[in-house]
Amino acid sequence: MNSLMQHLPVMPIILPLLAGAAMLLLQESQRSARVTIALTSAFAQLTAAIALLYFTTDAAPQVWPEGIGVYSIGGWAAPFGIVLVVDRLSALMVALGTTVAVATLVYSIARWDRPGQPFHSVFQFLMMGVNGAFLTGDLFNLFVFFEILLAASYALLLRGVGTRRVRRGLHYIAVNLASTFLFLIGVALIYGVAGTLNMADLTGKVAELSPADRSLFDTGAAILGVAFLVKAGSWPLNFWLPRAYPIAIAPVSAAFGIMTKVGIYAVLRVGTLMGDDDVAAALLGWILFYIGMATLVAGTIGMLASLHLKRLVSHSIIVSSGLLLAALGLGIEALTAPVLFYLVVSVLTTGTFFMLTGMTDRARLPLFALREEVEPPPAPFYTAFGVAEIDPYGVDEEVGTALPAAMAFLGFIFVCCVMLVAGLPPLPGFVAKFALLSTALGFAEGNGAIWGLAAGILVSGFAAVFATTRIGMRLFWTTVGRRTPRLRILEALPVASLVLLTLGISAASGSVMTYFEAAADSLHDPQAYIRAVLSPQEGVEPGGRER
Amino acid sequence: MEVLYSLAIGILAGSGVWLLLRPRTFQLLLGISLLSYATNLFIFGMGRLATYKPPIITTDNATDAALYADPVPQALVLTAIVIGFATTALFLVVLLALRGLSGTDHVDGREPGS
Repeated sequence: MNSLMQHLPVMPIILPLLAGAAMLLLQESQRSARVTIALTSAFAQLTAAIALLYFTTDAAPQVWPEGIGVYSIGGWAAPFGIVLVVDRLSALMVALGTTVAVATLVYSIARWDRPGQPFHSVFQFLMMGVNGAFLTGDLFNLFVFFEILLAASYALLLRGVGTRRVRRGLHYIAVNLASTFLFLIGVALIYGVAGTLNMADLTGKVAELSPADRSLFDTGAAILGVAFLVKAGSWPLNFWLPRAYPIAIAPVSAAFGIMTKVGIYAVLRVGTLMGDDDVAAALLGWILFYIGMATLVAGTIGMLASLHLKRLVSHSIIVSSGLLLAALGLGIEALTAPVLFYLVVSVLTTGTFFMLTGMTDRARLPLFALREEVEPPPAPFYTAFGVAEIDPYGVDEEVGTALPAAMAFLGFIFVCCVMLVAGLPPLPGFVAKFALLSTALGFAEGNGAIWGLAAGILVSGFAAVFATTRIGMRLFWTTVGRRTPRLRILEALPVASLVLLTLGISAASGSVMTYFEAAADSLHDPQAYIRAVLSPQEGVEPGGRER
Repeated sequence: MEVLYSLAIGILAGSGVWLLLRPRTFQLLLGISLLSYATNLFIFGMGRLATYKPPIITTDNATDAALYADPVPQALVLTAIVIGFATTALFLVVLLALRGLSGTDHVDGREPGS
């Protein structure tokens, strides 16, 4: 038990790796075995994530002092060894990511994981990349985990093939490869100047740099920041997002919701560690505020222009990214806790909303397909290539139990999603936006930017109501060209549980907010993080032998 | 040596970016490859350029760090090469699939004007 405890921080990375690799060995026909492994691994990760969340609170101070756990891989201590660091923010993000992943995995078992391609393995690798990116304490490892999650996302995005999917998938891969090179150049520049890539170690090294080296370091950090912003979906580097996300099958889009937040997390983590003391904040600055506001505006316009629900949800991801970046860019420490609250809510919202689109899409008759859905007829090469097109919206292969009152359920969930996106009470979207607004307005005196942010929050919320209602009326009130979809319990259950979870967050928003405030405090006190990482580990000496 | 080295990186990166902006998928692929070469050379160069300096410590002169090259960028560049190679291979598959499905090698899946 004790050794399990000791290795807890690495569990969210090891478990999906082993499960994903093991499933590759299984035959195509052994679906139930694959599903069992995938679910076991996902629930084990969720358990580990909740345990991490618990140990970083003040409830269990004897485990990790100051709520920061450090795991040296192979027993080599930082800064020479590679470390995983669990602080409140990491634990929170891992818990959030695994929650959404478990829900989407259960949802995908209903039918979406069926044809060909090792869906479950790739999905586990996606979880591994996301968890690893949140846990690592090393810039180069952040790059590696980014690549793992991106490689998995390429495979998941292209699931189901189809010309449109492959075309947009190609654009998505090209953009992400290009941003990968920016990431590498930034990391290399930082290493060349500072001589270390451990994030905690970097903070100390940066302060000692000469002015000439310092400007090189800032350049590296800025290039790195651009790479993060591409992943976060910030304007003008986000045109790939609303084109790529809607074409994936519903559970995959739902799981992708966390990926843009990996970019936000990276900005927040690196920004707070390096923007410390007198050192000019290289990442968190005014420029971030303006980028965030531009993203917010672009996302809002995109939402209003969307004719299809999946596209609208993709634009709502951009809106949430913009809001988060703008709020972070203000550089007000008190805003960090509401920002985290909003981040959690927006991930849960987009996950639920994307899963809902998978069910409502089935209600549309192919006759009424929208313009953007129209496919050109298959080219002659198509059959020669030997791939069969799988249409996830097409003929219903009836599996599982169908629930009655399908439309009523879908409509109810839709209304919940609208309230979450727009920020209406009683769901936590309201609490998050209210906390953001009330905190920000406390600093509003003589600061026009705050009023800009407040206006952005309110206008984007109103636009969200407007845009979603318009689509909702077409989906639920027009009876022409609609059939009642069969609702499967495996699909309804995760969606309903995510909505219940948001209700729970709303009900317990006091205690949830306390945790976020503690997380924000520890973020803005990087010395504790640095102490935890760089102090010699108990019971471990270089070389990994137990003392 | 430094000037030559940076010129090489600059030419590779410049050609890579130019090819990346071209409309044909194969040009895109070559652009990505050239950019990845430039990036890898850049990472390697960040460990400072030196000749006749091994990155692995030998038994004699083990204490004098000036006799050795920095091993970390070399390890980083190996990782970057492997990852870049894998993702480029994946991109190649998608490129071929698009060619097969759409019948054209234009990045948008259709010829301009058609």
